[in-house]
Amino acid sequence: MLKFLIRRISVMIFTALVLTFVVFFLTNLPPNLEKLARSEGSVRMTDDAVASWIVENGHGGPLLGRYAEWLGLAPGWTLTDEKGVTRGRCIDVYAEAGSAPTFCGILQGNWGISTFAKEPVGDVLGRSLGATGWLMFWVMMVMVPASLVIGILSGMREGARTDRVLSVFSIASTATPEYVSGVILLAVFASVNAGLSPLLRDWGLLSDRTLFYGTATSAMDKITFWNFALPVMTIALYGIGYISRMTRASMTEVMTQQYIRTARLKGVRFRDVVLRHALRNALIAPFTVIMLQFPWLLNGVVITELLFNYKGFGWTLVQAAGNNDIDLLLGCSVVAVLVVLITQLISDIGYVFLNPRIRLA
Amino acid sequence: MTDTPWDPSMPILEIDQLSISFFTRMREIPAVMDFSCKVMPGEAMGLVGESGCGKSTVALGVMRDLGKNGRITGGSIRFKGRELTTMTEEQLRQLRGSEIAMIYQEPMASLNPAMKIGAQLIEVPMIHQGMGRAEAMALARQIVEDVRLPDPDRILQAFPHQLSGGQQQRIVIAMALMSKPALLILDEPTTALDVTVEAGIVDLVKDLGRKYGTSMLFISHNLGLILDVCDRLCVMYSGEAVETGNVAQVFDKMRHPYTQALFRSIPLPTAHKTSRPLVAIPGNFPLPHERPNGCNFGPRCDYFAEGRCDQADVRMSALPEDDRHASRCLRWSEIDWDAPLAKVVTKEKAAIGEVVLKMEDLKKYYSVSSGSFGGGDEKVVKANETLTFEARAGETLAIVGESGCGKSTFAKVLMGLETATSGSIRLFDENVQSTPIQQRNTDTVSSVQMVFQNPFDTLNPSMTVGRQIIRALEIFKQGSSDAERHARMLELMDLVKLPRAFADRMPRQLSGGQKQRVGIARAFAGGAKVVVADEPVSALDVSVQAAVTDLLMDIQRENGTTLLFISHDLSIVRYLSDRVMVMYLGHVVEMGTTDQVFQPPYHPYTEALLSAVPIADTRVIRKRIVLEGDIPSAMNPPPGCPFQTRCRWKDQVPNGLCDREMPPVRQLQGAHQIKCHLSDEILAGMEPVIKLAGE
Amino acid sequence: MQDALSWGGIILRILQQFLPVWIALIATFALSLRFKRHLGLFGKLFDSPVGMIGLALVLFWVFTALFANMIITMDPIGQFGRTKNPLPGLPLTGVENPPYPYFLLGGDHLARDVFSRMVMGAREVLKIAPFATAFAFMVGVTLGLPAGYFGGKLDTALSFLANLVLAFPVILLFYLLVTPEIRDTGIPVYLAAVLFIFPVIFTCTVLNSRFHTDPPKRNLMIGVTLVIGLWAYSGLAFNLDPLGIWSMGPNLLNVFVSVVFVNAPTVFRIVRGLVLDIKARDYVAAGQTRGESAWYIMLWEILPNARGPLIVDFCLRIGYTTILLGTLGFFGLGVTPESPDWGSTINAGRKLLLLYPHAAIVPALALMSLVLGLNLLADGLREESLKD
Repeated sequence: MLKFLIRRISVMIFTALVLTFVVFFLTNLPPNLEKLARSEGSVRMTDDAVASWIVENGHGGPLLGRYAEWLGLAPGWTLTDEKGVTRGRCIDVYAEAGSAPTFCGILQGNWGISTFAKEPVGDVLGRSLGATGWLMFWVMMVMVPASLVIGILSGMREGARTDRVLSVFSIASTATPEYVSGVILLAVFASVNAGLSPLLRDWGLLSDRTLFYGTATSAMDKITFWNFALPVMTIALYGIGYISRMTRASMTEVMTQQYIRTARLKGVRFRDVVLRHALRNALIAPFTVIMLQFPWLLNGVVITELLFNYKGFGWTLVQAAGNNDIDLLLGCSVVAVLVVLITQLISDIGYVFLNPRIRLA
Repeated sequence: MTDTPWDPSMPILEIDQLSISFFTRMREIPAVMDFSCKVMPGEAMGLVGESGCGKSTVALGVMRDLGKNGRITGGSIRFKGRELTTMTEEQLRQLRGSEIAMIYQEPMASLNPAMKIGAQLIEVPMIHQGMGRAEAMALARQIVEDVRLPDPDRILQAFPHQLSGGQQQRIVIAMALMSKPALLILDEPTTALDVTVEAGIVDLVKDLGRKYGTSMLFISHNLGLILDVCDRLCVMYSGEAVETGNVAQVFDKMRHPYTQALFRSIPLPTAHKTSRPLVAIPGNFPLPHERPNGCNFGPRCDYFAEGRCDQADVRMSALPEDDRHASRCLRWSEIDWDAPLAKVVTKEKAAIGEVVLKMEDLKKYYSVSSGSFGGGDEKVVKANETLTFEARAGETLAIVGESGCGKSTFAKVLMGLETATSGSIRLFDENVQSTPIQQRNTDTVSSVQMVFQNPFDTLNPSMTVGRQIIRALEIFKQGSSDAERHARMLELMDLVKLPRAFADRMPRQLSGGQKQRVGIARAFAGGAKVVVADEPVSALDVSVQAAVTDLLMDIQRENGTTLLFISHDLSIVRYLSDRVMVMYLGHVVEMGTTDQVFQPPYHPYTEALLSAVPIADTRVIRKRIVLEGDIPSAMNPPPGCPFQTRCRWKDQVPNGLCDREMPPVRQLQGAHQIKCHLSDEILAGMEPVIKLAGE
Repeated sequence: MQDALSWGGIILRILQQFLPVWIALIATFALSLRFKRHLGLFGKLFDSPVGMIGLALVLFWVFTALFANMIITMDPIGQFGRTKNPLPGLPLTGVENPPYPYFLLGGDHLARDVFSRMVMGAREVLKIAPFATAFAFMVGVTLGLPAGYFGGKLDTALSFLANLVLAFPVILLFYLLVTPEIRDTGIPVYLAAVLFIFPVIFTCTVLNSRFHTDPPKRNLMIGVTLVIGLWAYSGLAFNLDPLGIWSMGPNLLNVFVSVVFVNAPTVFRIVRGLVLDIKARDYVAAGQTRGESAWYIMLWEILPNARGPLIVDFCLRIGYTTILLGTLGFFGLGVTPESPDWGSTINAGRKLLLLYPHAAIVPALALMSLVLGLNLLADGLREESLKD
């Protein structure tokens, strides 16, 4: 087991390095840097001025070297100008020139400064991840039980009416990406002029303008059902469809296995056949799927946070990308990549634990 | 129908005029029609027939587990006098597992992979007898001991994948016996197992049946097994029972043409390829919706009488002088059942030519990494160890052994799909041991070809039959134009006795035997001189086996082909081969002419193998030698002699030599060789395993 | 001054606008039902209600895209009248010679006709999604076959690359790949140069492995493939087609390449898995023992027998690609702002969503129904291909 873990984790670290390098490369393309120069310096800079700004601010030099600096594996750049003022990667913000550390990359916990939020990237990320954490928590609380129940109910008797109805529901929900379900949910439940709210108001059942809140900004302070149900449902809906389809496929396959017949012909009640014999075998595949859903959930998070104006991780990512905030975008990427890789690792390990057939050397 | 009170003098199971159909969107497919049989307490009833004859459907019908599409459309099934066909689900549930238990073909698939063995066993008495957990566990432990498994405590804590195939089947049997059922249904319980393992399971089933007084419904395609296990049997053909009676009567005094034809098509020890060849049943098994009028067997029957046999459905008629013996034949009283075979074509023996293939000290080792994630240590699997033999033109050399003996690896090395680790292969005076197939020239490739085991896998499902043969012609550089190759393809279709119209069909439109013929045609497309046939008939029904075997031998006789016939089935090997090579865990343990190998002195493994093969002939007296344990893994072979872990002669060799040293190859009389430490005296004293009564 | 249309009126008029689509649909279904026994898997689809509904939805949008010019009521990027966000059924006012008297499904914040934009959007989506998916399949198949068949180091390397792309959150990839800045660096063109050569390589290998026993025929077929393939390649990847027939705008190329790039690794994994399963079959061994080349075995023995799952996945993947394209539009990436594609329209409509939902709801429902149709179609195909 230990050997497997070490191998698996070293592959993961290698993948993370490659991926962050790619992100670093793509965010530090010359056009991006020029844009940065003009936004930090002045819009009317000449091309020469832009070029010298880039060099003076440590964005010159070979890409690999800058990547190593950013990681914290190479000493941060320093530059002493004509006036004798020394500036450098590790000097400007974090310390005086004399006492500044030599290395200051993300490995030292130094994620840079967000040009958009005018704050250290670490702080921005911490706050937005906290907000997204709550969102994800509730999404999971809704999505996982709902999709497993739907999948198992429809997979245990393939072709029965329950199966048909639930299957159509889950196929439809896999066809509804977040930007569609979000729009529909908002129109039905949170629109002033359309959907349920005007009706409820007419009937005197509703005193507010809308049934649900159209934005989730207030949930940053206090989560309530009325401000959080719509965003949570928006993300969960797409996932429910996908995971319940997987669970159903896995369940129907298990239900045709010989050992299920063995159990049935042993006289086991149908309920116990499903719960004791089929369930554990049927859950192996969905478990990995749930874990591998994270890259997709991130998609949903970004769309939903944008749609509901919830200032979490996805919202931050969009702002960073939109404002050419290189350090913040890099920080977001590192977090995203790590989340994906760690869930993949958990999925692999979980698979081994769930499936007694796999023996570890 | 009303339930009648039951006492032990009445049948345990009484099936009366049962009909079962499967319903698809298109039509109703009758799977079982007008099936009747009785099983008395303590009796073992055999159901025998070819695939698709409805024997498993009967078993599932008794269990009332026919799936969504299956339905009982008529007749009754009474178990201890209670009508099963009208029972509610809840009543059935209480019966299943407690009164009627079932054992199936694939032991691995019948056990839940995610539950420990113990948990799966104790479930039965906990459901049906309301037993407590501890008590049930004690019972489970006792039953596991009863099925002769070593170390029951460890086994109860194990998961199914940690046991071998034979052990798993014993667990399935233990599970069926947990609440001492009155009726046990066994559906091909040993088909997935090796012969020597099968012998152990058959013995166990018989003993336990006797010990617990359980009645059995034993389903098999193997007449020999039925003879071993059952008291009575029922022969099925195309959804109907055609003959039923006690085993001795049906075997020795058969009164239905199908039963007779079946016996004539299986290689009994009395058959011989030149003097008494097998007689294949002509034609094909009818599909359920293409059954003929009148007698289902009519179109394939030698005794068919037009205007009589093809009119109304034929009923079962009892044979008056026998014990509950009945036949579904209108003419059973008219036919002369003891008449010798009318058209015995004795065939000339092919002339044996010069050596075409010579292997010397061939070794093939694989290195595999253990553990599923590539971790762990590299292990060497010794798939073939020092193979030395030669094969001559026109000769049939059989390679016999059970799973893991290295026979398939040997075929791969010969074909050039793998290269040998060491040693030499000389093919027509050319060294090919280290030439992979891509580097062999077209002549060499086309002269060594292979016929594969699984007919459903041997042809590419998305290419027409003709196209596949033409492709072989193209690649072997036969013919100079497309038209020429097309003509040659049609000739090949003639050669394997398939209608030329089949050239445009897709493989799924062909039956198993027909596909196998196409496979043979494809192998001979380049005029193959050496053909490796890897269990070419083992997946076919017995009546088709004879025809395909015949075809192979006819082509061999005409072309002087060398046939390397890989098989685990000693009956067919005895029938068709000139020489036999017995393999065990990568070693050739015995080699000689067919007579030498099938007569003493034997290698202890050959002896056990011979004794394990069931033979469908009441005159044959076999010595029962049941091997202990399972075949060791080739990854982890025992030290010394590979067979020492299961050998019953081991104590005859002094000083524990078998544990330490690999036995040398010893030459006995003629070219008979054997790899064993046993002394000459002991070998000379061995008795034949198989004797015909009265000999 | 006319009154606004009632919902009944709106529906009637919409049904009427779609007339060419109805005719085409009815004709297709009638012909297919008549000859369904001769149409193989496609014919079997008509045995499954789910599959038929799916097919009808998909065909509806295909025909809509085909006949879009006949269906639209107004110019999809033109602005009509002074009313912002006109509600569905509102008559068009203040315009000389209005092309159509009503905003059937309302108008957006620039007073563009929502109905016409939705219809044209179908054309935008169906112009890209199937082709991008097909390219992704070419890439995935060409790499997945050898990875599964040969295994070993090649497999390890290719699988690692595939996992690398898959570990990238799609949204991040889009934000990094589909930007105006990146176009200046030429990265999309390099990527296109790599990805677009695969169909040419694929076709040549298919032909060579099959016909190498007959060199004249082989040379002719490969020659023709190379001429047409490289011609298209030069036009699509580098915009260098001398005749100007094959070309793709830089925006479109960028979107196209990113979508192929995201989809190909998944196809690769599916193909690789299928190959691992099929390569253990005896007919593969039979091919090997008669000395067939590895590529013949992969392309002619293995690939045709993997077609069932691949066709099903192809349908699903077109749907997925449609969603991806919508996502791109939703983030305002890559496509021009006035483009009527569904994602962009939803994005434009979401700002006033709480007050005037119709501008966003209409394209959202359109996108959903197309993807739903593809999913149902895939489900029907899977069910039917598993039978007998």
